Amino acid sequence: MATIRVTVNGERYEEVAVEPRLLLSDFLRDTLGLTGTHVGCEHGVCGACTVLLDGDSIRSCLTLAVQADGCEIVTVEGLGTPDALNGLQTAFREHHGLQCGFCTPGMLMTGEDLLRTYPLASDEEIREGLSGNLCRCTGYQNIVAAVRSAAAQRREKAAS
Amino acid sequence: MKPAPFDYVAPSTVEAAIEALVAANGEGKILAGGQSLVPLLNFRMVRPAVLIDINRIEGLSFIELRGDKIAIGALTRHRALERSQLIAEKLPVMKAAMRHVAHVAIRNRGTIGGSLSHADPAAELPMLALFYGATIVAQGASGRRHIAAEDFFVDALTTCLAPEEIVVEIEFPLLAHDGWGFEEMSRRFGDFALACIAVAIRRGGDVLDDLRVAAMGVGDTPLRLRMVEDQLRGAAIDGSMPERLAQLVSASVSPNSDVHASADYRRHLAGVLAKRALTTALAAKA
Repeated sequence: MATIRVTVNGERYEEVAVEPRLLLSDFLRDTLGLTGTHVGCEHGVCGACTVLLDGDSIRSCLTLAVQADGCEIVTVEGLGTPDALNGLQTAFREHHGLQCGFCTPGMLMTGEDLLRTYPLASDEEIREGLSGNLCRCTGYQNIVAAVRSAAAQRREKAAS
Repeated sequence: MKPAPFDYVAPSTVEAAIEALVAANGEGKILAGGQSLVPLLNFRMVRPAVLIDINRIEGLSFIELRGDKIAIGALTRHRALERSQLIAEKLPVMKAAMRHVAHVAIRNRGTIGGSLSHADPAAELPMLALFYGATIVAQGASGRRHIAAEDFFVDALTTCLAPEEIVVEIEFPLLAHDGWGFEEMSRRFGDFALACIAVAIRRGGDVLDDLRVAAMGVGDTPLRLRMVEDQLRGAAIDGSMPERLAQLVSASVSPNSDVHASADYRRHLAGVLAKRALTTALAAKA
C-alpha cells in the first residue's frame, strides 16, 4: 500500500492508504464516495470520468490514485450545488444539454477546462474541444449550445 | 478492467529510474503520461511487476531553442507543445498536428517521450520526429546515446530502445521551407489516423529545389518517403505536381487492412492527402 495526500473540491485528505493499482476514478468513487465522477469505458475513450487535476482536465481512469499525491482535484461535485449551480451547469440546464446524464459530469469538467484556456469563438472550436466526450443520447447539439452560451457569458463578464 | 497488482516506485532522478529498470530485470515498465500504458494495464494486456513513474523527475519538461534546433524534454506534455509560441514559430507542422493528437484531456497528460517510446504507427509525434529528422536522446546505465528517428522506429509499437533505456529528450532540427502542408483523416476527430501526410517544400524559382514527405497510418511504422522525394526533387513546378505526388505516394505505401479501413482505401487516401498537402504548400507565399 502507498499513502497519498490530496485536496479534492477544497477538502484536504491526509494520509489516505491506496493500492498502487487503484485508478483515480475508483479512488474518487469508492474511497471518497464522490460518485458524481462516472466510469464508462475505463480505457480513455468515452470521457465520462474527466476531472480537473491541478486545473487541467484529465481522464481519471487513465491516472493512478497514487500519481495524484500532493495534487488538487476538482470533480463535478466541486462545481456547484443543486441549489447553486455554476454558470456552465446552469447553461446545460437552460439548453437541455443533458438527457440521461451519464456523460454530463465529463462534459462539464471538459467544458470548464475549455472555457478557461480556449477562446471558443466558433462552434467548430467547441466541437473540437468536446470531441473526446461521448454522449449516447446524441445530445451534442444542445451540449454545444450550452458551452457556447457559457463561453459568451464569461466573455461578457470579463469585458464588464 | 482493472490493472493487475504491481509494485510502484516514483524515483526523483533519471539515474534512479534506470536503476529501478535494471533491478526489475525486464519486468519493469516506465510510466510517463500513461495515456497508452494505463489502458493496456486496465485491459491486463501488459502486466509489469514494477511500474516506474517518472513524473516526479525534475527537469524533463522543457521546450528550448538551441542554435538551429528545438530541444524538447521527454516529459513535455502534448498540451504544452500545442500551446507553445516557440513551437508555433519554429516547428509549424508540429503546431498544426498537435490538435489531432487525441483530445484535450489526453493531451494534458500524454508526453512526447511516451508517445515516441510507445511507437504507435498512427500517432502524430513519431511521424513528426521522422519528418523533421529528429534525434532521440536515450539514457541507459552506461550513459546517453543519440538515435536518429529513422533508426528509432523498428516495427509497430517497437523501437530500438534497450530494455533499461529511457528517452530523456528529443532534438528537432529547424526545417527551412517555402511552404508546408499537413493533412490527416480519421473516422472521428482525435482518433488515430487512417492516413496522414506532412509535406514541406523549397522553391528555386519555378523548380522544386527540395521537398520532404512523411506519412503515417499506412505502414507498421511512420514513414519518411525518401524515394518519392527523390523523384520530384528538381522537377518543374506546375499544376499537375500535386497529382503526381498523389500517384507516387499511393504507389509507395503498403498499408494494412483493419476494422477501420481497407488497405486499398488507405493507399488511395494517402494519395489524396498528399495532393492536398502539396497544394497547400505550393499556395504559400514564399
